[in-house]
Amino acid sequence: MRLTQEQQAILDGAKGETMAKVMKTLVMYGETFGAEEMVALTGEHNHLVTSFGLKALGPVYDLMDQLIEAGAVSGQTFSMDPRPIDPKVPANFLQKFIFKKFMYSRQDFYEGQLEKLGLMDKDAFTCACYLDQVGNKPKKGDILSWAESSAVVYANSVLGARCNRNSGIMDLMGSIVGFVPKFGLLTDEGRKATWVVKIETTKKPEAQLLGSAIGMKVMEDVPYIVGLDKWLGTELDEAACTYLKDFGAATASNGAVGLYHIANLTPEAKELGDSLVVEGAKEYIIDDAELKRVMDNYPMIWKDANATPKLCFMGCPHMSLQQLKDWTDRVEEGLKAAGNKRVVIPTVFTAPPAVLKEFEKTEYAARLKATGVITSYICPLMYMNNPLCAKMPVITSSNKLRTYTTARYYTDDEILVQITKGGK
Amino acid sequence: MKQFQGRIVTPGTAKAKAVVTHEGFNTLASLQKALQFGDKTASCNDQNNQELYGKPTAGYALCLPQTIGSTTGGLVLYCACAMHRQPACMLFSNHIDSLAAAGAILADVWLDDISMPVVDCLGDEFLDYVRDDMMITIDENGLVTVE
Repeated sequence: MRLTQEQQAILDGAKGETMAKVMKTLVMYGETFGAEEMVALTGEHNHLVTSFGLKALGPVYDLMDQLIEAGAVSGQTFSMDPRPIDPKVPANFLQKFIFKKFMYSRQDFYEGQLEKLGLMDKDAFTCACYLDQVGNKPKKGDILSWAESSAVVYANSVLGARCNRNSGIMDLMGSIVGFVPKFGLLTDEGRKATWVVKIETTKKPEAQLLGSAIGMKVMEDVPYIVGLDKWLGTELDEAACTYLKDFGAATASNGAVGLYHIANLTPEAKELGDSLVVEGAKEYIIDDAELKRVMDNYPMIWKDANATPKLCFMGCPHMSLQQLKDWTDRVEEGLKAAGNKRVVIPTVFTAPPAVLKEFEKTEYAARLKATGVITSYICPLMYMNNPLCAKMPVITSSNKLRTYTTARYYTDDEILVQITKGGK
Repeated sequence: MKQFQGRIVTPGTAKAKAVVTHEGFNTLASLQKALQFGDKTASCNDQNNQELYGKPTAGYALCLPQTIGSTTGGLVLYCACAMHRQPACMLFSNHIDSLAAAGAILADVWLDDISMPVVDCLGDEFLDYVRDDMMITIDENGLVTVE
């Protein structure tokens, strides 16, 4: 890899041993993927994935201490993935004890480290950092060092920024030195599509189911999706962006997609059209039967398939302000139709702290509260990641949550029926 | 016995029994339980990976196409190394993915007493041939012997 004089000097130790190790890490990372040079970060903020103060992550805290002591902190401020605990979310005594005293006992300590390293602010904990209220929305063409698969795929695909699917810790390394190796999704060639996905459904496909199907098929490749503009339109309005937020999260978690193009809708597809598709690209046709096949093949991992759900999580990735409003209307209508006043399954809607603050200013907040739905900034995935919660029958319309936990996937419509009317 | 020439991602030599997945290895889903709840064998906890679910990975030659899933993957692998619960080596049939590469490189650069050689680009034939419990040897040039 060709390094500039400044980069070579850092690698040679001009800024100390720790900075040299940071640069060495990035050089090895780049060389593994054939990068020939480093490029400067241009985004205003970074976004890091590791937000949880898990007791088991001792080696991470040791590394963070090493960085802080050497003054090797982030040159950009950064947002973080959501916090793993929120007292508002239902949990029994044992669960609360285990969360606070055992699993996430290092949360306060770790947040202290993050503040020293460059945390944007104390509320900057969300996977959907690109939402307007949060304030970490990169511009088209920005070079990023982000992690969090759902945020990376959104930044690349919907915003037109350029970011590889970086891992936790590697995300921070980039913003410490201010450079990242240029490879993969940072290059024009790496942003070309090797799959053409044709949407031939008879109705608007469920975002998280469609994303799951595409992710599992193309894995880490770039798909060029044709026919979705029929359902989403040709403008990136709030409804389209919300759909793509959830769709992208499923492509990234059920597979490893870092970038997708949607014909006539996403920025690069609008500019470059099907010239983004490489010669000999593979084809995948998605119709109603294919979506049904995908959903029917999700493994049933509840011990009792007929168990009554104990909890419902919505908002993985975090919900937008418009989603909170829309779901308030939907829950009210569902309850009215079912003849109920409050949800029949404990239900948690998760959203960024900044979005929840805005939501609280609207008349929807009191209405949603009256239905019994709880709002929270928690990361549902982190809530579920322990043997106690893993045994709970939890339902969700998040295909990301389904992938990483024992939560059972239902479509949005099915979830609405379950939480307002009941059923198994 | 067959030999496969790969590309060295992180250097080292190893000799260990194989544990094999033909699906993507979801690092977070597979190892989170092992890291959190003291399972020194690092048995795979990814219920979506029926081929690997419940099998130990620590000390084994993990043979896989690539890793998938959460971008915490590299960090999880780094922690597994720091806690001495890592595979003896990782052998990728495909080009290594960015998450696994991050974990392997972070461990190589930042941990002093850890060796987890990683070799990629071994080809589809490697994964077609290798089976659980076959003996794997990696030499310093990235030559993988399966017997």
